[in-house]
Amino acid sequence: MVENIKKEQATTHKLGIYLWIWGLLFVLSFFSYMVDWLQFEGLLRWTLILTFMFLKAGLIMAFFMHLFWERYTLVNVLLWPMTAIATFVGLMVAESKYTVFTRFFYFVLGS
Amino acid sequence: MDQAALKKLPRGWKSIPSDLNSDQTAFKGVNWGKAMMWIFLLSDTFIFSCFLLSYMTGRGSTVLPWPNPSQVFALNFMGVPVPLLLIAIMTFVLITSSGTMAMAVKYGYEKNRKLCGTFLLLTALGGLTFVGMQAFEWSKLIFHEGVRPWSNPYGAPQFGSFFFMITGFHGTHVSIGVIFLFIFTRKVFRGDFDSGRKGYFTSMKSDYVAIEILGLYWHFVDLVWVFIFAFFYLW
Repeated sequence: MVENIKKEQATTHKLGIYLWIWGLLFVLSFFSYMVDWLQFEGLLRWTLILTFMFLKAGLIMAFFMHLFWERYTLVNVLLWPMTAIATFVGLMVAESKYTVFTRFFYFVLGS
Repeated sequence: MDQAALKKLPRGWKSIPSDLNSDQTAFKGVNWGKAMMWIFLLSDTFIFSCFLLSYMTGRGSTVLPWPNPSQVFALNFMGVPVPLLLIAIMTFVLITSSGTMAMAVKYGYEKNRKLCGTFLLLTALGGLTFVGMQAFEWSKLIFHEGVRPWSNPYGAPQFGSFFFMITGFHGTHVSIGVIFLFIFTRKVFRGDFDSGRKGYFTSMKSDYVAIEILGLYWHFVDLVWVFIFAFFYLW
């Protein structure tokens, strides 16, 4: 019986945590919508969008998907490949800047 | 693996070599179904990341102006065009359904059959609402604005193909999730996880951990939407 109670405590969490995360997700979504509403431009816009995005993603993964309480090996096996692919996306975005530069240089200016 | 043996294992960074070098199970104390769902979600992350990557590269390298999302996805409310109105509502619906899913998982582990089933049903209805609004958004763009995968009236022609591919793939995930949510709502209300009734496909007994595994998938769908919302609609 004692064993059972202990096991249940390991998998269930207080209602308050979920309500807090839920509320935070609403607030963060509202903020990211406000970024568009207030027509922020340039670096400020991208920084704000990315900040709210990663905060939301982190909250969902850590608490809704229970990664915060998960075995550390599993957390690492999941997060490192994701970090690698995020880096890959970043590299290719930089590459696209070069592509558009060559297109303008050779096809638009040259023609 | 019981709790006492689990407590003796190394924790933190030291758990990584010891877990990965051990035999039988790599993730000690993690339900195998849960670990497998995570591995599947990781591979799904790769697919979505490939879409994101090609979209960002395509958008970044076109010499034509990219259509302004806050105008393309504006919706008229009482005669005034409100930017991203439908998308904002869809985001809130999906987050709400993610929250109800977390509740369902919690009440499932507490063996509260009725609350678990009710929250699962609410989650399914939220997902259904989301898919409905997406169908509305698609039909508006296709039939009224004439957006096609190869052309559109706003600017760079790649816009359509990326839009339909990315939101379509996400919408498919939501639809599959909704189907499974309804199936599991029925299973919970019937008491399958209390009586140990065998599953139709698996022929195996299951318990409320199945709700958490389903929850992982559903939260992942919400997670992908967070990225689509940021990169496609706001960027």
